[in-house]
Amino acid sequence: MIRPTLQALMSHWRAQPLQCLTLILGLALATALFSGVQAINSEARSAYAQAADAVSGPGAVLERADGAPIEQAQFISLRRAGWMVSPVIEGRTRISGTQIRLIGIDPLTAPQGSRAGQAALSQEDGTGFLSGGTLFAAPNTAAGLPDAQNIRAIEGLAPGLVFADIGVAQEMLKRPGEFDRLLLADEQPLNRPQLAEIAPELQLRTGGTEGDLARLTDSFHLNLTAFGLLSFAVGLFIVHATIGLAFEQRRAMFRTLRALGVPARLLVTVLLAELGIFAVTAGLIGTGLGYLIAAALLPDVAATLTGLYGANVDGSLTFRANWWLTGMAIAILGTAVASTNSLQKLARLPVLAPAKPRAWVMASDKTALLQAGLALALLALAALGVIFGRGVVAGFATLGALMIGAAFALPMILRLCVGLAARVAKNVKPQWFWADTRQQIPGLSLALMALLLALATNIGVGTMVSSFRLTFTGWLDQRLASELYLRASDAEQAAELQTWLAPRTDAILPLINTEIEILGRPAEVFGIADHPTYRDNWPLLERLPDVWDRVATGQAILINEQLSIREGLRTGDTLTLGPDWQAEIAGVYSDYGNPRIQILLNTDAMDARFPDLTALQFALRVPPDQTQPLMDALNEKFDLGPDAVIDQASIKAFSLEVFERTFTVSAALNILTLSVAGFAILTSLLTLSAMRLPQLAPVWALGMTHATLARLELLRAVLLAAMTLIAAVPLGLALAWVLLNVINVEAFGWRLPMYLFPTAWLILAVAALGAAVLASLWPAWRLYRTPPAHLLKVFVNER
Amino acid sequence: MLLEVEKVQKTYASASGPVTILNGVSFQMNAGETLALTGESGSGKSTLLHIAAGLEAFDAGSVRVGGTDLAQMNEPARAALRRDILSVVFQQFNLIPSLNVAANIAFQARLAGRVDPDWIATLTERLGLQDFAGQYPEQLSGGQQQRVAIGRALAARPKLVLADEPTGNLDEATGDAVMDLLLDLVASSNAGLLMVTHSERLAARLDRRLHLRRGALAP
Repeated sequence: MIRPTLQALMSHWRAQPLQCLTLILGLALATALFSGVQAINSEARSAYAQAADAVSGPGAVLERADGAPIEQAQFISLRRAGWMVSPVIEGRTRISGTQIRLIGIDPLTAPQGSRAGQAALSQEDGTGFLSGGTLFAAPNTAAGLPDAQNIRAIEGLAPGLVFADIGVAQEMLKRPGEFDRLLLADEQPLNRPQLAEIAPELQLRTGGTEGDLARLTDSFHLNLTAFGLLSFAVGLFIVHATIGLAFEQRRAMFRTLRALGVPARLLVTVLLAELGIFAVTAGLIGTGLGYLIAAALLPDVAATLTGLYGANVDGSLTFRANWWLTGMAIAILGTAVASTNSLQKLARLPVLAPAKPRAWVMASDKTALLQAGLALALLALAALGVIFGRGVVAGFATLGALMIGAAFALPMILRLCVGLAARVAKNVKPQWFWADTRQQIPGLSLALMALLLALATNIGVGTMVSSFRLTFTGWLDQRLASELYLRASDAEQAAELQTWLAPRTDAILPLINTEIEILGRPAEVFGIADHPTYRDNWPLLERLPDVWDRVATGQAILINEQLSIREGLRTGDTLTLGPDWQAEIAGVYSDYGNPRIQILLNTDAMDARFPDLTALQFALRVPPDQTQPLMDALNEKFDLGPDAVIDQASIKAFSLEVFERTFTVSAALNILTLSVAGFAILTSLLTLSAMRLPQLAPVWALGMTHATLARLELLRAVLLAAMTLIAAVPLGLALAWVLLNVINVEAFGWRLPMYLFPTAWLILAVAALGAAVLASLWPAWRLYRTPPAHLLKVFVNER
Repeated sequence: MLLEVEKVQKTYASASGPVTILNGVSFQMNAGETLALTGESGSGKSTLLHIAAGLEAFDAGSVRVGGTDLAQMNEPARAALRRDILSVVFQQFNLIPSLNVAANIAFQARLAGRVDPDWIATLTERLGLQDFAGQYPEQLSGGQQQRVAIGRALAARPKLVLADEPTGNLDEATGDAVMDLLLDLVASSNAGLLMVTHSERLAARLDRRLHLRRGALAP
C-alpha cells in the first residue's frame, strides 16, 4: 500500500517538474546561504582553536605583569621547584625576504594538545626539529615560503605562523635567553611552592588566545549568523509557499486516496517521507552551494578578522563535517517548519472535504485580521524592546520582532492600498485589474514578505555601512593627525631616534601605553602629550570646558565611548583607577574598531604613575612634503623593521581597506538575499499562474486578449513590488536605527550617527523593480502562450 | 447479507439550526444484487452512499458491511474496508491526474495488494481503453474518464460497488454504454451494486429500487 501511495504522490512532481524544481531550489538556496555563513564561522573558529592549541594549549600561562621578557633563570627556578611549565617566545622576523610570525616552543615540555609539540616529537615529522633547525608551518603558510629550505608542512597547525624549537627561535629573533610566556600544564604537583615565593614578578593568566579571539570576534560572527538566518528565513518563505501550494493542488488527490482506502496516518507518513527526500536532496545541493559561497567570501572574512582583531584565519576553506551536518539539519528542520501547518491540516481533513484549492489563494478576512493583530503585537514588542531591552540578544530579538511584525503587516497594507485604488478606478478594465490584484495578494503575500525583508535589510544594512563609512573616514582624519608613526625596537634605539629626529621634525609625540584594571575590567591606558595635534583634532564626543587644560594638569583624563557606555560614565564624573588614584573625566572620545575600554592621560602623569615604562612608539609631525624623505632617511640611518615606520596615508589606506573588506561580505550576502527574494516572486507567480486560469478564462471569454492579460500580469508584479519597496524604506531605516543605536552599542560599545542615502534607495528601487519584471516575464509569457483549449477547459471541468 | 442498513439517522448543523438528512433509513442488500437509490436533490442519496462507504459518520442506527458494524470501526479499519471489500465510483471520476490510464485502473488493486494482471487486461479491453493506456486523464473525454473510474473500482474485485451517479456527467448514449458495461462487469465479478441515480430509466435496469424522500424511504 505504501508503494502505490508514494508513487501516486510522486507522480504529481513528474507532472509538475517546474514546481518540483522551485521547491528544491528554494530550500537549497536558503540552506546554501545559511550553511555558507556557518562554514565561514566554523573555519574562523577552528583557526582560533588551532592557534590556541599550537601556541598555548588549552591551559593557563604565566607572564610578567609589565610585559617584559621572562629570564631563562626564572624558568629554571620554576621547573626545579616542581612547576610544570614550558617556555614560548614569539616575534616577527624574515625568512628568505618574507616577513613571518615565529613561535618558539620546547617540544619536550610542551603541554599535551599542542599540535606543533606533538609533531616535533613524532618520528615521522619530528626529524630535525630539535637538532637541525627545521621549522614547521601549516601547508598553506609553508607554500608561501618556497625559498626556505628547512620548512616542513604540518597539517593542523595554525595558519600564518612558523614554529621553531625555542633555541632556534631565540637565535632567529636575536633574543637569547628570553621567553615571552610560560605555558602551564593542566596537571601540577600539589606540593609545589607558591608562585609568589619563586617568581613574584610573574602573574597567572587563564584562558588562551582562543578565548580572547573568540570573545573579540563574537559580535562579528553574530552579525554573520544573523545574516545567514535572515537569508534562511527568506528562503523558508519560498519553501512554505511551494509546499503549501503543492498540498492545496493535491487536495483532490488526497481525497481520492483516502476514499480508495489509504488511511490518514499512512498518507501523512508517506508525505513526510516525500518531504524527507526533498529535504535531503535540497540539503545536499544547498550545502554544496554553501561551500562555494563560503569559499568565495572567506578571503574577505579572513582579511577582516586579521585586520580588525589580529586573528589569523587561512583564506582557504576546509570541508568540516560539523557545518555540513548543521546545513543538512537546517534543511530538514526548515522543511519540517514549512510543512507542519499543511500536514496538520491534512491530518484533520475530512475524507469528503472540498477538493478545490482555496485556502492558499483565498485567505479569509478572519485570517487577514489575525495576521494584522499578530503584526501589531510584534511591532509593539519591538517598541518595548527598544525602550527596555538590554544586551545583544535583546537587540536581535527586537530586530526579529520588528522585521517579522512588519512582514505580517504587509498584506494588510497592500490590501488597503489596492482596495483604495479599486474604489478610485473609473473604467471597467482598471476596476477588474485592481479587484483581481486584491485577490492575488494572499497568494503572493509570502513572496512579497520575503521581498520586503530582503529590501529592508538592504536599506538598513546599506544605511548602517554608509553611515559608518562617513563617520569612520572623518574619524580617521581626526585620530591620525600626525604625518608619521614610528616604533623603536628598544629603549636605547628610542633614545637615539629622538635625538636624531629632534632637529628634523616639528614635534615628536611619544605614545606610551600599558594595561590596568578599571572597575574589574582590563583596560588600556595611553599617555599623550599636551600638543595642538590632540587639542585641535582629537574626536571628542563630550567635553568639559577647557578639557585639554584639565588633562594637562594630570588630574583629569579622557575615556573612550566604550567605557562611557558600558559603565554609564559621563564628563564631570570621577573615575577610580587604583587604590590611591582617582581622576575626573574631562571628555569622552570615539574609538571605533576597538573592542576594549581605554583611557588617555597626560604623558607626565603617565610617567609619574608608571616610571618603568619607556616610550617606544612616537607620532611625528613633519611638513607633508618631508614625509617620504624622512622615512627614507630613517630606514637608511637606523636598523628598523619593515613596519617600524609608517606614514599616515598608509595607515588610513590600510584601515579603510579593512573597513571595505569587512562589509564586502555584508554586501555579497545582501545581493544573495535579494536574489532569493526575487526567486520567491518567480516561484509564486509561476505556481499561481496555473491556478489562476479559472479567474482569467472568463475575462478572456468576455473579450480581453492574451496579450492584454499578459501585460497586466507584468504590470501587477511591478506595482506590487513597488508598493513593497515603498513599505521597505521606513522599515529599512528603522532597522538601521536599531543596528546603529541598539545592536552596535551593545555589541561594540559605540554609537554612530545615522545618515540618509536616497541615491542608494533609487539604485535599489531599479534593482527590485527589475527583479520583479524578470520574475514575472516568464509567467506572463506562459499566459500569453496559453492555448485557447486550456482556457476553455475551465468551463467544462471541475478544477 | 452484504449490506445491512438499520434505522440510520444523520443530522447536519446549519446556520438556521439542525437539518435532518436521513431519518431512520433501513434496507438490506444481498451479494450479487443491484440496487438503485433514487430521490430528489437533497433527499440524502449521496449521504447514504457515503455512510455505506465509511466515508461519512452517522448519528444513530447501524450499518453492517459483510457483517461488520461500521460504527465499531476506527478510521484505519474503515480505510481497510474501502480497500478490501468495497469500491466507490464517483460522479466526478476522481482520477489521479498525474497517473496514466493503466496506472489509474490498477491503482486500487495495488493498494489492496490484489493485482491480477489478466483481470486488469480484460477490464481494460472490455472498457475499450487499451489504446489509451499511456494517456493521462486530462487527455480523455468525460465518458472515457468515467470508464477508467469504473475499471479502477472493479480491478480489485470488490464485493460491493457503490456508484454515485456514475453517468450523471455523460450524454445519454455514452451514459447507456457505460451503464451496460458496469452492469455486465459487476455481474461477471458477482459483486453487489448500490447506485445513486436521478434517472428513472437507469434505475429500472437494476434488480431493485429504493426511493428516498426527505431523508426517509418512500413506501
